[in-house]
Amino acid sequence: METKPRYSPLLLGLELLCFLLGLAFLMPFYFLIINSFKKLGAILLNAASLPDSWGFGNFKRAWVAIDFPVVFMHSFVITSLSVGCLVVAASMTAYRLVRKPTTFNKLLFTIFVAAMIIPFQSVMLPLMRITSLFELRGHVYGIVICYIGFGISLSVFLFHGFIKSVPLEIEEAAVVDGCTPYGLYWRVVFPLLKPISVTVIILNVLWIWNDYLLPVLVINDAFTTIPLAVQKFFGQYLRKWDLAMASLTLSTLPVIVFFLFLQKHIIEGITAGSVKG
Amino acid sequence: MHNTRSRTRWSEWLQQMVFVGPGLLIFLLIVAVPFFMGFYYTFTEWNGLDLNNAKWTGMTNLKRIFTDDGRFWTAFGFTAKFTVAAVVITNVLALALGMLLTRNLKGRSVLRVIFFLPNVIGGLLLGYIWYFIYTRGFAAIGEATGWHLFNLPWLGTPATGFWGIVGVFVWQTSGYMMIIYIAAIIGVPKDLSEAARIDGASAWQTFRSITFPLIMPAITICLFLTTSNAFRVFDLNLSLTGGGPGYSSESIALNIYREALTNSRYGLGTAKAMIFFFAVALITVTQVWVTKKREVEA
Repeated sequence: METKPRYSPLLLGLELLCFLLGLAFLMPFYFLIINSFKKLGAILLNAASLPDSWGFGNFKRAWVAIDFPVVFMHSFVITSLSVGCLVVAASMTAYRLVRKPTTFNKLLFTIFVAAMIIPFQSVMLPLMRITSLFELRGHVYGIVICYIGFGISLSVFLFHGFIKSVPLEIEEAAVVDGCTPYGLYWRVVFPLLKPISVTVIILNVLWIWNDYLLPVLVINDAFTTIPLAVQKFFGQYLRKWDLAMASLTLSTLPVIVFFLFLQKHIIEGITAGSVKG
Repeated sequence: MHNTRSRTRWSEWLQQMVFVGPGLLIFLLIVAVPFFMGFYYTFTEWNGLDLNNAKWTGMTNLKRIFTDDGRFWTAFGFTAKFTVAAVVITNVLALALGMLLTRNLKGRSVLRVIFFLPNVIGGLLLGYIWYFIYTRGFAAIGEATGWHLFNLPWLGTPATGFWGIVGVFVWQTSGYMMIIYIAAIIGVPKDLSEAARIDGASAWQTFRSITFPLIMPAITICLFLTTSNAFRVFDLNLSLTGGGPGYSSESIALNIYREALTNSRYGLGTAKAMIFFFAVALITVTQVWVTKKREVEA
């Protein structure tokens, strides 16, 4: 009696509804892209019409105006260093907290979890004092340390949930074979954590790459990132829409490419992250 | 015997240091210590230009905030209203999308990607993109269609500023929440909803009595994420309206930022930030507590 659900008229209607909604969701990208190709006069005349020609003149000027290769490199360096350090530090911490649940370590885990509700603004101003005291401001290592500090709670939490489900037998076998605790972690446990590491990497990349406020406070002109460059550009040339749209397209492109390449992992990673949360 | 035991203890201690030490140290330095310093600075006059000197002034900051800072309370009211509107609309839309895209639609995987896409772009950049759309794009659509909605002075009045920011927040966040809802809906055992349908329950009844209670954990998570994100909104206000017109769309986070970095009043800013912390903590903890109580097992 088992029949496959047929493709009914109702389903067709829902499909159409979804596609219309999807078009509405894509509408901002339509405006962004077509206006990146238009001259300022054409934008002011009608922002919704297609461009007369598809030249890359705006992109060339925007590339120079926001110093794109440089700010891209800055964003890239900060994001990859921070996320790399976070994955190692958080997985090590979580591993120890799971495998040695002393009273101290249990308390520590509770503190990490509780700290997740502290909003950035509540830490930001005293942090300015700390960062100048320890000479973290204006340096790449300084902002990397800040990102480790702000990111570690969630990352430890995610690793903690995953490590609990890793069977102890594998580690016991490795110990019998003469593995040191450090070799055990690095060669046996860490590779097993790959699925959750992917989730941690993705969530942190999206956060750090797009973050605006922390770089403004900690690094600013010394190492301008993409969001800072865009913000500065808009401060200067608010009405130069041709340049503005082209620089916004350039700036959003890397993360969209990142997403489209990894979309399967990203969507799975978010599901995994939220279920653990 | 004694020697081995002390060696094990030393080795344990060293492991604790190596594994937990670096992460904990940085966490203390960047989050915990500044957080507790905030309690002290709340009661001081602390100038942004001279970070090393703060003068104890007792209750002055708090008194000033509670009696003589209408702008902060305007920001508070704005943020509260914004949070309610943004959380309700985002979750209703996300849940509806989740329900739709777990059906047998042909385009569902493409559509999931489309709805999620805005989420990967940062709030600041999105804000600027939408600033253009509200001010220029909507005018073009309005001219072409003659629809009143598009001819409003978007972002130019307190009401359009408010709904303008809500709109972008919903557009940015609902795809993320949709993903979480989809995972939960797929997890609802098929036989339960089929049994209900055979017993003659309508689609809406099945949703209300079967699906909805069983996806309560996802609702807890999504409400938590949207509430805390909406209450902390900053980037969107900065790039869309700059808090304007006037300061009618200034969020608490933006108000704190300006108090400290524009007015250089770090002490007052910290006091506000602490009030902000207690508000965030109270709201999110209450919300999780309320929805957690309603979670059931299949």
